Amino acid sequence: MEFARTVKYEAELNKSFYKEVVESSGCDKVLECIQCGTCSSTCPVSLYMDYTPRKLMAMIKAGFEEDALKSKTVWICSSCYSCTVMCPSQIKITDVMYALKRMAIEKGYYPKSMPTPVLAKEMNNIISKRGRNSEMYVASMMVLKTNPFGMFKMAPVGLALFKKRRLHIGMEKIKNTKQIKKLLSGLKKREAK
Amino acid sequence: MKSYGYYPGCSVKSSSKSYEKSLLLVMKSVGAKLKEIDDWNCCGATAYFGTDEKMAKAIASRNLSLAEQQKMDDLIIPCTGCYLTLKKSQEHLKEHKDDNIRAALDEAGLKGGDKVALRHPIDVLYNDFGVEQIKSLVKKPLKGWKIASYYGCQLVRPYSDVDHPYYPHILDDLMVSCGAEAVDYPYKTRCCGGALTGTVEDVGLRLVYILLAEMRNRGANCVVTMCPLCHFNLDVYQSKVIKKFGDEYEKSFSKKFEPLPILHFTQVIGLAMGYKYSELGIKEVMVEPKALLKAI
Ligand code: SF4
Ligand code: SF4
Repeated sequence: MEFARTVKYEAELNKSFYKEVVESSGCDKVLECIQCGTCSSTCPVSLYMDYTPRKLMAMIKAGFEEDALKSKTVWICSSCYSCTVMCPSQIKITDVMYALKRMAIEKGYYPKSMPTPVLAKEMNNIISKRGRNSEMYVASMMVLKTNPFGMFKMAPVGLALFKKRRLHIGMEKIKNTKQIKKLLSGLKKREAK
Repeated sequence: MKSYGYYPGCSVKSSSKSYEKSLLLVMKSVGAKLKEIDDWNCCGATAYFGTDEKMAKAIASRNLSLAEQQKMDDLIIPCTGCYLTLKKSQEHLKEHKDDNIRAALDEAGLKGGDKVALRHPIDVLYNDFGVEQIKSLVKKPLKGWKIASYYGCQLVRPYSDVDHPYYPHILDDLMVSCGAEAVDYPYKTRCCGGALTGTVEDVGLRLVYILLAEMRNRGANCVVTMCPLCHFNLDVYQSKVIKKFGDEYEKSFSKKFEPLPILHFTQVIGLAMGYKYSELGIKEVMVEPKALLKAI
């Protein structure tokens, strides 16, 4: 029988983790969380989360970096802003969730079976290149890259849309794609400085 | 004739064309002239914010800047996802007059963007024209229509300048002015699942189920939405939801889970104004309101 420690020692925490979260989310009130739990109770998906929003806030404050970034919570958050509107400490919890998503992608921590990062990446690709998005293309890429058998599950939806003439296969493109390229590369250059 | 700029967004150009069709007709009837932004690009919706917030804001802001260059004072945005993304980006522009995003935009020839007023069509119809004017245009009052108005999250949260974030009423008021009965229920702004129906389907479908079941139980015989994504979730996934939760519903409420017609709010206003079924693209929704149509 193996016995594993179930708690973390202080030395294993990243005490300045909250600073990174503040920096990335633009929300400087993270430390003001009073652990009231309003966010978790108003959240429509907290019952599917491994850590509820309240717990996650406590983890950020205490420096549980790895646990927070590996959590499924941020991928289930649907960005409904209910928590943000209700929080008595005016913490922009939704923006914190977005920040944790970005940090998890950067550090390679996101769960591989989660299609959300793939979806985001595909959308970014298309939009940077064409300026427009194609729902069908993004949806198919997402399914193919994360779970090819999911195609069968998608088929009835596709068929129903097709019957109603709502399946739009074509890909739009804006005229001035050069401008978008210039905008993004300009931003990248400045950010790198 | 009052004129407005128009940012359609990707959805109304692909799977939700009937939203745009009906929107343009209703706007014409009240006397609003819509001019589409020339060469607009996708707002990036919510996915972009999850990977690179600055890029997301820059990309979205291009549209704001184009709108101003094309002399638009008000910009109508029918998708609440786009609405929130553009709004967030504009807030950023207002607060940061000399950061990297601003500089990159200027460099790419995209000045301004912080002044154009961002408006959802519901806000324009309600505040610029008003329920009385809509009422005066109604030719076929929607007798017998019991409508659950669904607002979704992103128009009323986090910027609740259009209506209350939990107890909104303007869509209900518009439906009443069309002769329908407004069904009151507590989940008007509860999340429809957003992209979860595509990414984590089990969770997404449960959220849609909770909404549909509540609307049914409160006596609705029709649902209206004001966002193409909300509409997609409720309309397209309804049959899957019934398959998955039909038995659970029957067990809990001792009645069958019958499908509800889910319409874009502009389709319903259009019907009341006397436009034809086909002009409004109602054939494109999954459950057509055939029985209700007989009543008007
Ligand atoms: S609602 Fe705000 S203060 Fe309360 S637990 Fe959540 S984050 Fe903390
Ligand atoms: S924004 Fe995310 S965490 Fe907040 S209530 Fe909505 S789903 Fe929950």
